[in-house]
Amino acid sequence: MARISARTSEPGVVTTAPLPSPTSPEAPPRGWHRLSMSQKQVVWAWGFLALPILFYAGIRFYPTLDAFWLSLTDWNLLRPARFVGLENYARLVSDPQFWQVFNNTFAYLLIGTPTSIVIAFVIAYYLDRVRFMHGLIRALYFLPFLTTAAAMAWVWRWFYQPPPIGAINGFLATFGIPAQPFLRSTEQALPAIMVTAIWAGLGFQIIIFMAGLRAIPGTYYEAARIDGLGELAILRKITLPLLKPTTVFLVVLSSIGFLRIFDQVYNMTTNDPGGPLGSTKPLVLMIYQSAFSSYEMGYAAAQTVVLFSILLVVSLLQLWILRERT
Amino acid sequence: MIAPAESLDAPAGRRPLRPGRIVAWTLLFIGGVVMVTPLLFMFSTSLKTAGQVYDLRLIPASPTLANYVEVLSDGRFLRWFLNSTLVAVAVTLSNLFFDSLVGYTLAKFRFRGRMIVFIAILSTLMIPTEMLVIPWYLMASQLGWLDTYWGIMFPGMMTAFGTFLMKQFFEGVPDDFLEAARIDGLNEFQIWWKVAMPLVTPALSALAIFTFLGNWTAFFWPLISVTSRELYTLPVGLSSFAVEQSIQWEMIMTGAALATIPTLLVFIALQRYIVRGVMLAGLKG
Repeated sequence: MARISARTSEPGVVTTAPLPSPTSPEAPPRGWHRLSMSQKQVVWAWGFLALPILFYAGIRFYPTLDAFWLSLTDWNLLRPARFVGLENYARLVSDPQFWQVFNNTFAYLLIGTPTSIVIAFVIAYYLDRVRFMHGLIRALYFLPFLTTAAAMAWVWRWFYQPPPIGAINGFLATFGIPAQPFLRSTEQALPAIMVTAIWAGLGFQIIIFMAGLRAIPGTYYEAARIDGLGELAILRKITLPLLKPTTVFLVVLSSIGFLRIFDQVYNMTTNDPGGPLGSTKPLVLMIYQSAFSSYEMGYAAAQTVVLFSILLVVSLLQLWILRERT
Repeated sequence: MIAPAESLDAPAGRRPLRPGRIVAWTLLFIGGVVMVTPLLFMFSTSLKTAGQVYDLRLIPASPTLANYVEVLSDGRFLRWFLNSTLVAVAVTLSNLFFDSLVGYTLAKFRFRGRMIVFIAILSTLMIPTEMLVIPWYLMASQLGWLDTYWGIMFPGMMTAFGTFLMKQFFEGVPDDFLEAARIDGLNEFQIWWKVAMPLVTPALSALAIFTFLGNWTAFFWPLISVTSRELYTLPVGLSSFAVEQSIQWEMIMTGAALATIPTLLVFIALQRYIVRGVMLAGLKG
């Protein structure tokens, strides 16, 4: 592309980024006519990409590098950032709160992802065969996906209230089950919040699974039935293997979602964010508090680098494990 | 319970009605009702008075819209609603334009550096928003973008997901169409806008749905980038409203209902397109 000289009054000057404005394509400059068709294409292409490249450089790549840099400083908004080496990471490793948060984050991931994937698959598998009121039932499952997590967190929070307010405890009472503390218990709070997150994501996963099921050619099933395979064998030998790309996609997406959980936790524990006693606090909430409550930007940046590393490892690991047997 | 040809989307062909299928249908239906129970209770409680909140019956004894009148009376929710709409619409339009322009360029032009640009953009999918939030905050405060609409919108104006989705679809557009337009004397911008774009409208609507929904419900960055109440988006506004209401659950449920009603109405109107769009994006994305 460096060979192209366009839009310059001095002949022979080589510009690396010749940019005709894509919105005013009329009145081409003098050099324009001399370009061949494919050279013009190159100019157009870089013209189209100019603004996006600036965007990705300025709003994605530069901030990424900046986050790495800030994680090595003690910046706190008041004083200019000072390089402190790996001090923030050393502090993180010796911070007991971090390890609690780390465990919580993986609890969301390791319980939330398999549970939601299995439930979504079972529902999609049966829903796919239902014809009677198919659209209505599908809509019932899909509706929660369209809600705002912040709003629904408050509805669920109300559900979990102690008697006589909370609907779930009211429901349990009709079966003679004693009232549960839910969000007030260090043991039950995290699962209670996780249910909210699973509920919110289920509709999307069901729709994607159904799309995956529809994409399997019907002839495969017919051939299997002719061969005398039962429903279970068909599921195991045809449906599940062919659904693998869909499953990988959903597992990765769901894992990323649970590792980044924030909206539900923040809204369901506003009087003691991440509580009780930090038992529900995920990494993103710790980042939020370090950065925007204590203004320890350097320390918070180190936590974001840890989050980034976890997400990277988890995604690569899953892609690698699930790719092997394709 | 004999199934008529109820839905075009359901698999065709009649199968014998067996008890197993009736049980499966019933369980699925109950599960579906359970899924919408939180929404039903939210609406039900929003129609109750403070004294009736402890009555957990789904149908309110004497439904009233008084809570809605009170919540809407000071205009805050209306303002937050307008803020959310403005932000979500602007970001969606930007994504529809730029993601498809970049996706088209990467799919249909041959030039050196194409793969590098594509991989660079795709690699940003690996970077979580949370990691960028602190640098964005710093950048926005230095440029005076904090507490402005632009400050809420700028990080999402283009996305790698949208670019990838559009590239996938533009690859399916036959080159002959574009070549014919070129012979007709259209320039490259016109070819993209007038010839290629109309051929990928299903993808565009899928992208529009995802971008709008994502920005309409976004919480983390709007919470950080905005401090004045008038500029809150609906989720952030609702959160602060709920904290303020403390234990007045009927008011909180009314606020939550107000934040939920717009997307539900849109869904009811466009349900078929939305489900198709999600399927489309999920399969190609």
